[in-house]
Amino acid sequence: MDRIPILKLGGALIVTIQVDMQDRLAIALEEDLSAMIARTGARGVLIEISALEIVDSFIGRMLVSIAAVSRVLDAETVVAGMRPAVAITLVELGLELTGIRTALNVERGMAIIQSRIAEEGEGHGGDWDRDES
Amino acid sequence: MSMDGAGVLKRTLTEDEAAILDAWNASLQGGTSLQSGRIRMAELQTQAKAVFSQLRNAIVSGGLDADGEHFVPLRESLADISRSRAIQGFTPTDTANFVFSLKEPIFEALRRMSAADDSGFAASVLAAGKILDRLGLQTMEVFLASREEVIGRQGQEIAELSTPVVRLWDGILALPLIGTLDSARTGVVMENLLQAIVDEEAEIAIIDITGVPTVDTLVAQHLLKTVAAARLMGADCIVSGIRPQIAQTMVHLGVELNVVSKATLADAFAVALRRTGRKIVRQQTASTEERR
Repeated sequence: MDRIPILKLGGALIVTIQVDMQDRLAIALEEDLSAMIARTGARGVLIEISALEIVDSFIGRMLVSIAAVSRVLDAETVVAGMRPAVAITLVELGLELTGIRTALNVERGMAIIQSRIAEEGEGHGGDWDRDES
Repeated sequence: MSMDGAGVLKRTLTEDEAAILDAWNASLQGGTSLQSGRIRMAELQTQAKAVFSQLRNAIVSGGLDADGEHFVPLRESLADISRSRAIQGFTPTDTANFVFSLKEPIFEALRRMSAADDSGFAASVLAAGKILDRLGLQTMEVFLASREEVIGRQGQEIAELSTPVVRLWDGILALPLIGTLDSARTGVVMENLLQAIVDEEAEIAIIDITGVPTVDTLVAQHLLKTVAAARLMGADCIVSGIRPQIAQTMVHLGVELNVVSKATLADAFAVALRRTGRKIVRQQTASTEERR
């Protein structure tokens, strides 16, 4: 079964969704992502969905639950690059993805995660920086 | 000698053309369409003459079926006339009267023609009435269709005009809303705004509702939907221009806008600038300080 690759960049995990989201794929992504957050201690998850053209309520709920799981594991989820049509569909479905940060593109999304890491990194003694070296 | 209705009608229209046209022109002259000043008598007479000759040709060559193919040129020119009337803003009565006012002159002429022949007269009046009624109805149909076309086009133009997205600054968009928000317009507004957010890579969108006359629960819901969609795209929304009365009504109705709202567009713009790390400084203070 295909899986969506998860990239680690600094303290952030990056997922780009470039295929049609099948329900099974979405469940696998949620599992992989939570395992990966726990293993790497990532502080942010960036989900890039600019290639996603069709959403349904299941995908919307999947995004919300990924965000909820990440939050429990102390990582912030940012959804980046949502298309206008997708945004309208989600709003019409009543899924406003409350609790998820959103960004126009990957650059801004990473900026959000970086600023969070920078803010909280001080309290943790910037451990993820040292981890990288 | 007794003739059938069609025969009497054909003969009358051919032989008594001048008298019928004169009477029709006189009746048109007294009509309201001329008094409204939208059309000149000369133009009206030309149209009347053309229509009459086409009517005569159609009846003489084709018979009495107003839906038949011999009536096609007549129907087309009547359609042209009523279409132009609709655009010029004539009333429905004026437009219909153009055809219906031909009835009386024709009936008069038929009476003169079949002086002693009552049954021929009745039959021909019936036939002529039938044709003219049909033509009048067709005229009205075209008139209404053209009016609806005009209204539809205007509605579309208003919808396009009334949802502009303005770029106030790098990454700051404004959406001045004018007129009532309904679901159809909200759709257009939302699409325009979201597309503009993508195009301009905007961070903040200011929705200014100074021009929205009333805000009820439905409008508030539409606003919130737009704000939510913009947020999903990664842009923050500020609502501005809520007038005092509207603010009161909203509170009394229990409508809650859970978004940042500012009284004026200027305030909202200032907030937007601050959020994007910018500041407006008065230049004069700096220069006066320099002079000291």
